[in-house]
Amino acid sequence: MGETPAIEADGLVKRFGKTKALDGLDLTVPAGTVYGLLGPNGAGKTTAVRVLATLLKPDAGRARILGADVVADAAAVRRTIGLTGQYAALDEYLTGRSNLVMIGQLSRLGAKAARQRADELLDRFGLAEAATRAVKTYSGGMRRRLDLAASLIGHPAVLFLDEPTTGLDPGARALMWDIVRELTAEGTTLLLTTQYLDEADQLAGRVAVIDGGKVIAEGTPAELKSSVGGQRILLTLADGADKSAAAMALERFASGSIVPNGAGRLIEVPVAAADGLATEVLRALDAAGVGVSDIAVRGASLDDVFLTLTGHMAEEKEKVAV
Amino acid sequence: MSAVTTFPAAGLTTAQGAARQFLSDVWVLTKRSIARIRREPETLSEVTIQPVMFVLMFAYVFGGAIGIPGGGSYHEYLIGGMLGMGLAQTAPGTAVAVVSDMSTGLIDRFRSLPMSRAAVLTARTIADLLTQVIGAAVVAGVGLAIGWRVHTGAGDVIEAFALALLFGYAFTWAGVCLGMVLRSPEAAQQTGFVIFLPMTFISSAFVPTQGMPGWLQPVAEWNPMSSLAAACRQLFGNPNPAAAVDAWPAQHPELAVLCWSVLMLAVFAPVAVRLYRNKAR
Repeated sequence: MGETPAIEADGLVKRFGKTKALDGLDLTVPAGTVYGLLGPNGAGKTTAVRVLATLLKPDAGRARILGADVVADAAAVRRTIGLTGQYAALDEYLTGRSNLVMIGQLSRLGAKAARQRADELLDRFGLAEAATRAVKTYSGGMRRRLDLAASLIGHPAVLFLDEPTTGLDPGARALMWDIVRELTAEGTTLLLTTQYLDEADQLAGRVAVIDGGKVIAEGTPAELKSSVGGQRILLTLADGADKSAAAMALERFASGSIVPNGAGRLIEVPVAAADGLATEVLRALDAAGVGVSDIAVRGASLDDVFLTLTGHMAEEKEKVAV
Repeated sequence: MSAVTTFPAAGLTTAQGAARQFLSDVWVLTKRSIARIRREPETLSEVTIQPVMFVLMFAYVFGGAIGIPGGGSYHEYLIGGMLGMGLAQTAPGTAVAVVSDMSTGLIDRFRSLPMSRAAVLTARTIADLLTQVIGAAVVAGVGLAIGWRVHTGAGDVIEAFALALLFGYAFTWAGVCLGMVLRSPEAAQQTGFVIFLPMTFISSAFVPTQGMPGWLQPVAEWNPMSSLAAACRQLFGNPNPAAAVDAWPAQHPELAVLCWSVLMLAVFAPVAVRLYRNKAR
């Protein structure tokens, strides 16, 4: 059968009251790879990570980490994983170093080994100078790095990073990306959740797009992007313009479904990138007698991935799920 | 084959190994709480400043208006009750600390580590027991300053403090449970206050139950705080009007404290650990 996958999820279901956070999630992550879980808020990314990290019991389905079941053999799973959640899981009142030593000892390193490993990680993540300061004096980026260091202290074979850069400024984000790349070079299996397409693009070898608690697309970032389509043309129609006539005229340019954007005069058209496309679109609309007050062209975004794959906007989903 | 079986700590499965792991985890986490106190000593105010305030207020403001059936010094009467209050009033603080811990990601991290499930809460109660020891010393110190004296031997005094700390420790587990079921530190503070204040005042901690309306007397007499106060007064040789009350806990205060403590431990500790295991499922 070959090597045991690092992460295997099979039809995971998790309900919170009426909401189905996971609705039959399937996932296979080979050992030593970086896998991205991409989705908007409320898509089920965090729930998936929490189930895989033994923090939540699934209502149905099963998951294994390096062959160990996350429910039946949770203790074995905990010895092989590291988890960095969205919110720094640190004791604010302890120093950075005390936090790492504490987590190290709780990860079953001896006191001496925990201290050694703590110093090594503090050095590596540029936190040696701040090591003796209380964590509450740390910046957001420093917290994230310390948090990541804490999840690495027990040398986990499988690491979960839940939105590791959400809320970070660009500099701190770039630093996190560098650290993640280093980890992957060492052969750690990494499951990374993110709302950012570019982050998945930068870091992950393969990506699963999840929405409504299940995987709706899976592939390399390049495959994903090409499936989404190159660009978007955003049109604002003139007052009194015929929307359906506009949609008909735009049909031949569209690479996906044309979305009347809201109740107003906005129309969004997914298109394959091409020179002079905007001019052609304007000519076609003019020929159809549709007045245009504004036109804009932009690249594919995460919203587009969702729009294309699910037919609804990421923000709408967010409102429903939160 | 899988990395699970090759991991070095995987062999820790015997009962002995589990016990050693539990003790080690409790110790590591207790050190965490002590480090917190050392960084922010003001968190100790509930066992340092507050008991002093209460003792002084009751001794010099209310005390003159409170008569002790059977006579005796109110200052001597007060300390037995104050000891119970000084220890029990750490419970809302325990609840707040538990809620705060649960609402940060730290507990998630703990739950994802190969550590003992019961260690987090146990360490919390051990750290609170240590603050209660400080609280008991403060109460005794301020008591001595206002004229409280012990009229018995060292054995009785040690027994009194041991009973008070046992009760305080058991009560801490009630605080842990409270912290596990509430959602915010503010709610824990409020709820703790609402439970704790009547519990202290509808007892013989500060005033003899004989002066209470007839319907309230049984409540006060069976209140564990009354038993603790009476047990301490008896063991210190201080005025103990409860000795004249015809109710089982008033007649057997030491045994009553022991029963209450064991009962609270037997109920609240397993419930707290269970709530912790099931959290966020």
